[in-house]
Parts: sequence; C-alpha cells; structure tokens
Amino acid sequence: MTVAKDGPWLDGAAGRLIRPYTVSGGRTRPAVALDLLTLVISTGSMPQAPLGPEHGEVLGLCPAPTPVAEIAGRMGLPATVTKILLADLVQCGAVTVRPPSRFQDPTDQSLLEAVLDGLRRQL
Amino acid sequence: MAYDDSSEPVSGSAIDTAPDTVAPPDPGAARAGAPSAARAPEQRSPAHESAPAARPADGPAAQTPARPGAAPPPAGPEAFPQALKVLVAGGFGAGKTTFVGAVSEIAPLSTEELLTQVGAGLDDLTGVEAKTSTTVAMDFGRITLDAHHVLYLFGTPGQERFWFLWDELCAGALGAVVLADTRRLEQSFSAVDFFEQRGIGFVVAVNEFDGAFRYSPDEIRSAIGLAPEVPVVLCDARTASSGIRTLVTLVQHLLTSVTAGEATS
Repeated sequence: MTVAKDGPWLDGAAGRLIRPYTVSGGRTRPAVALDLLTLVISTGSMPQAPLGPEHGEVLGLCPAPTPVAEIAGRMGLPATVTKILLADLVQCGAVTVRPPSRFQDPTDQSLLEAVLDGLRRQL
Repeated sequence: MAYDDSSEPVSGSAIDTAPDTVAPPDPGAARAGAPSAARAPEQRSPAHESAPAARPADGPAAQTPARPGAAPPPAGPEAFPQALKVLVAGGFGAGKTTFVGAVSEIAPLSTEELLTQVGAGLDDLTGVEAKTSTTVAMDFGRITLDAHHVLYLFGTPGQERFWFLWDELCAGALGAVVLADTRRLEQSFSAVDFFEQRGIGFVVAVNEFDGAFRYSPDEIRSAIGLAPEVPVVLCDARTASSGIRTLVTLVQHLLTSVTAGEATS
C-alpha cells in the first residue's frame, strides 16, 4: 500500500495532485446503489479481481459496520468516488452493505424512544 | 431470517419473553420468530433500559459474519446497528462544524460531494465535464447510542441552495438542528424554510456566541416566524453536553409530534 494514510496528496497551489476520478478509473457512477448512510462491513474474503490500492485502503476502513460518508471522509475522497470503489468491492464479495432507508422512519415511536434513551446516557 | 426458526435457544427465549409483556397485542410475536422478536425489545425499551441484555436473538446471528467467506448478506441485519441521521444546518459561521465536532465521539470528518448545477438526478455520462459542478462539503460525526443504534450527524453545506440538488442528504433524516447566530439571524431563515417544506422536524438552537446580544427564545421565535410547537433552545456549540441536550430536545419534539399526530388521526 503506497498511498499515504494522511488523506489526498495535496499541493498548496494546485490542490489535489491526483484527480479524484482517476481513482475510479474515470467512472462517475457506482455500479451498486449506495447511500451516504449505507453501512459497509468487510466480509473477510479477499477480492480476486485486480483492484487498485485505494480499494485495499477502503477495505481496511470497514472491519466494523461503517457508513459510506465516514469512509469517504477518512479516504479524503468525494462521496461519489468512494461509492464507486465500494461498489467494486460489493461486486467481488469483499464487503457487504446494509442500506439505511427502511430503518429511518422518523415517526417510529419506539425508535425515537431508543434514540432518546441513548442520548440521555451521554449526559 | 428463516434459519432462526430452527435454532432451539432463539425460539425458547422468544417464548420466555412473552409472559413478561402482558401484552395482548402482537399475536405473531411468539410464533413468527425473528422479525417480531427483533422488534420486541425496542418496544419495551422505555420500561427496560437494559434492553440489549434481553436480546438473546442476537447471539447466534452476531457471530455469523465473523466467519470469513461465509456468505454474509443474509446474516447481515443483526450484525449491523441501525444507522440514524440527524442534520445540523445553519448559515455560514453559525457553528455547524463546532457543534458536530463537540458531540461526536470520533474526530469530525469532512466529506465532499460533487454536485452538478443541472441536477444530481439528471446526469448522464456524456458531457459531464461541460457542466458546472460544485464541490460542497459536509461535516460528519457519530454518537453510538447503544449496541443497536448509532446516530450520525451531518453538518449540511452552508450554501443551502445546493440542498435541493442533494436529495440524499435529507433522505431518511430523523430530524434537524438549525443553528442560529443572533448577529445574523436571517441566515437561518432558509434552513427553516427548507425543513418546513420537506416536512422534516427540527429545533432551532441559538448558538450563544461571546459578544452577541442575548435574546430570549420567544424573541427569536417571533423573529424567525416559527410555528409555536417548534422548540427554541439556547446552546453553546462548543460543549458536548449542550449539544447533546439540544439533540434530546429535538428527539423529544419529534416524539411529541408523533403522539400528537396519532391523537388527531
């Protein structure tokens, strides 16, 4: 893994030295639908397909369920590019995902009560 | 989830919990196995704060994904906590980043997204480079509520005109905190309008900046033109406890709206 762990390689004047979509091979759409809050977890199976170093880095960021937005933030990549990398990993079975939508009913009273209890424990 | 039915401990404990809840409702709970068993502890959570301990159904399922190579997708649901989203909005400099950073258990992250002016849902792959695209940044933080619920905070980009291009940001959000700076109160108007239009429940949190004139919540309510039920709280975005209390107020407000909605329907 030759990629710096400290985020994108930046130049003061020019900005990002590696354009974000270089990482995704020029693709601008993920092959699998992913949301910013889709949780991703690595399955432990190593991808057989030849993938870039960023794929390996992404894989290392989700040993536990981790949302797409957090992986994007840690990678220092735009969310879309991160999703493209993750979609590759989904397709080769290296990660599995769980979309958030069906659990985000803001009128689910028991869910809201669980959130309230959890927040109060933080105080 | 069908595999749960064949598991002896799971079905046994599902029956054990039934007498606890004297509940006549939910006739499916004893029989239907996994789906209703998974929901039951949450419904009881206000009474039993130690709900996680009373979740034997998680035992066998939680171990499954650890096995490398074992096809994990069907075993997923118990391994994943519920990911919940709350938005933190407000005008430029209202303290969104500070707020997210103060309450987050991880160092706040910034994620950027490239949005095109034409509309995020209408892109095709040809001619993308010809469109004017804008990079918007959002802050991102996390609060682990318990073993099964994780709250993620999304600090929305300051330029609210982009929110309409970014459906994903609001999709499924539980609610929102609108941070207001009394020196620039008008900057919170658009966030308030946006959440009202989208039907997303929100509270207004007045970030008490040093040197800013202090107004009462009622003065702020009338200045923004808020509906009487929308809570207005004073907060210090720099401190975690103040931020958490703001979130508590938000969730209480959402709960009140839910019960009020049920009463009228």
